[in-house]
Amino acid sequence: MIRPQFALATLFACTLALASPAQAVTEIQWWHAMTGGNNDIVNKLAADFNASQPDYKVVPTFKGSYPDTMNAGIAAFRAGTAPHILQVFEVGTATMMSAKGAVKPVYQLMKDAGEPFDPNNYLPAITGYYSTSKGEMLSFPFNSSSMVMWVNLDALKKANIAEIPKTWPEVFEGAKKLKAAGYATCGFSNAWATWANIEQFSAWHNVPIGTKANGLDGFDTELKFNSPLHVQHLQTLIELQKDKTYDYSGRANASESRFGSGECPLFMTSSGYYATAKGTAKFAFTSVPMPYYPDVTGAPQNSIIGGASLWVMGGKKPEEYKGIAKFFSFLSDTDRQAKLHQESGYLPITKAAYEKTKADGFYDKNPILQTPLKELTNKEPTENSRGLRFGNMVQLRDVWSEEIEAALGGQKTAQQALDTAVSRGNAMLRTFEKTAK
Amino acid sequence: MEKSAVFKGKLLPYLLLVPQLVITLVFFYWPASQAVWQSFLREDAFGLNSEFIGLENYQALLAQPEYYKAMATTVVFSSLVAALSLSIALLFATQADKNLKAAPTFKVMMIWPYAVAPAVAGVLWLFIFHPSLGTMARPLRMMGFNWNPMLNGNHAMALVVMAAVWKQIAYNFLFFLAGLQAIPRSVLEAGAIDGAGPYRRFWTITFPLLSPTTFFLLVVNVVYVFFDTFGIIDAVTGGGPAGATTTMVYKVYADGRLGGDLGGSAAQSVILMVIVIVLTAIQFRYVERKVQY
Repeated sequence: MIRPQFALATLFACTLALASPAQAVTEIQWWHAMTGGNNDIVNKLAADFNASQPDYKVVPTFKGSYPDTMNAGIAAFRAGTAPHILQVFEVGTATMMSAKGAVKPVYQLMKDAGEPFDPNNYLPAITGYYSTSKGEMLSFPFNSSSMVMWVNLDALKKANIAEIPKTWPEVFEGAKKLKAAGYATCGFSNAWATWANIEQFSAWHNVPIGTKANGLDGFDTELKFNSPLHVQHLQTLIELQKDKTYDYSGRANASESRFGSGECPLFMTSSGYYATAKGTAKFAFTSVPMPYYPDVTGAPQNSIIGGASLWVMGGKKPEEYKGIAKFFSFLSDTDRQAKLHQESGYLPITKAAYEKTKADGFYDKNPILQTPLKELTNKEPTENSRGLRFGNMVQLRDVWSEEIEAALGGQKTAQQALDTAVSRGNAMLRTFEKTAK
Repeated sequence: MEKSAVFKGKLLPYLLLVPQLVITLVFFYWPASQAVWQSFLREDAFGLNSEFIGLENYQALLAQPEYYKAMATTVVFSSLVAALSLSIALLFATQADKNLKAAPTFKVMMIWPYAVAPAVAGVLWLFIFHPSLGTMARPLRMMGFNWNPMLNGNHAMALVVMAAVWKQIAYNFLFFLAGLQAIPRSVLEAGAIDGAGPYRRFWTITFPLLSPTTFFLLVVNVVYVFFDTFGIIDAVTGGGPAGATTTMVYKVYADGRLGGDLGGSAAQSVILMVIVIVLTAIQFRYVERKVQY
């Protein structure tokens, strides 16, 4: 009695399996790492695109954290089942770039598909990060952000601090007052340990992270962030960590909630934290540009972007590439970009969307969303602030974090920690240089 | 004369062995040989170009002070977890073996943690002891104890050890309990009649008779701490702070998956494999002699 049923079920399953590829619609797989409100935005974008035309269907799939998504994409490529579009965070850029053949550069994709595409329509502060030195766009910027300092305004009032701290000495001073006013476990802090204290810190003060324009001009770059300025900053943090005027919050952004819960009144993290801050903070807050040391000439310079971009994987069919190109044009649409920016807090990628948001008077009501844009465009970028591109960056960050943790934990001085971070990092860069060629 | 039946022909026994052999070949020897082969290569993350470099991966690895640190961390971590989870489980099992009213309930509750996935167990403990959110971290801080697993390596180690031990106790408990129940009552009663107290009875009768179970659990636990605790470490500390909880298996993952250094990662797994094989061999060669079946 069981057998015919089983046979029927098998037959049914086979029919289903055979039927699905026969659909006329070309499917485009999109693997991403967006959670919470941003996940909804991704799904809505795909649904809107699918409804706007009958030929292509974008299928978004959530693949976990940024590193998870990138690794899933790489593993899938090795197994021959890569998605069409892979969202990769900015630190994975060098790895993706060096994978010639595994990815299809966006400028080439648009040309092959005959899709109208002018790289000059995009904000150079953002696309520069994902382009070759010749200005050819390699990946499509999707969600870009920068680092800002989030400020709990109620806490400042409580501690009688009249003006929002702008410089590092003012932040240290303010944090001490805040600690005295009841914020005993955390005067100020930051998420993304290395992004804050090495990468953004260097760009904002116009000092190099590494040679060759922070690696943008070649993989034979060497790290340089053990300069006296870096050492002085880390040494100050070590001192302040002792009584929790500064309190370390980990390598990634899991501890962002320390700002929203009211524990840390001054907190540096991504501008993309906006949606969450709006939802969780039960106090008046704002975001301001990152602090700087006023005795450093030229500081503040400009900040660099973070976030992620969309990479098109290689070895797909021409009609699939055509669909991807159409999807990218759809994403670049001015109204859509402006809306995306205003809802998610991520930066607009086209000049037109930025102008439109400005013209609409959006920033007058929401100055928080303009903070990262002001930082990025503060000055004409220099060699030290154009961006960064280091191979093995995901693991480099872990190694740097380890050394920062050793310093803040009291096992090493700032000088020792940064020297080791640089030498260990250089060894990894040499390994990468050999594999990338 | 032996009485056992003798089968003629050689085909049948091998045929019967085939399923076992195929499984071992496909799921152990094949991946293991792949790892060995990969440890001699330098390859980019995408596998686009690879180059045979002999022992260079091993040389680079053995020149890293961090690798020796990971080895030391592994020794500390595994001895702590194995010793604690075995002794606590034994304590609980002896208690549950008594004629208590609540013993069945107690037994069932003891087994639950084993059903929890390692990563989930990790997250659970992280929430309890998270420096700013944790329910246990607040009282600790109020007692004037500066609890900070984010920066203090010993605190972080304590946290992952607690989570790993908690998860393993259930498994050990189950086997110890079964072992205890297999000990004939008459032996214990004879001891009692001879005037041996509960303490003496335990160490001279129960513990030696449990030794096959203890030995089996020792082997299983060592393998557990070497390989399966990875999920806990990943969820709780991510190997930090400053590498204080980076065990060898976690470093394999960090270098291979996160770092894209497949050759170096493969070299590490080969070394790890050799260490575990040697450890198990030592256990069977020397520790097993003390076991009384």
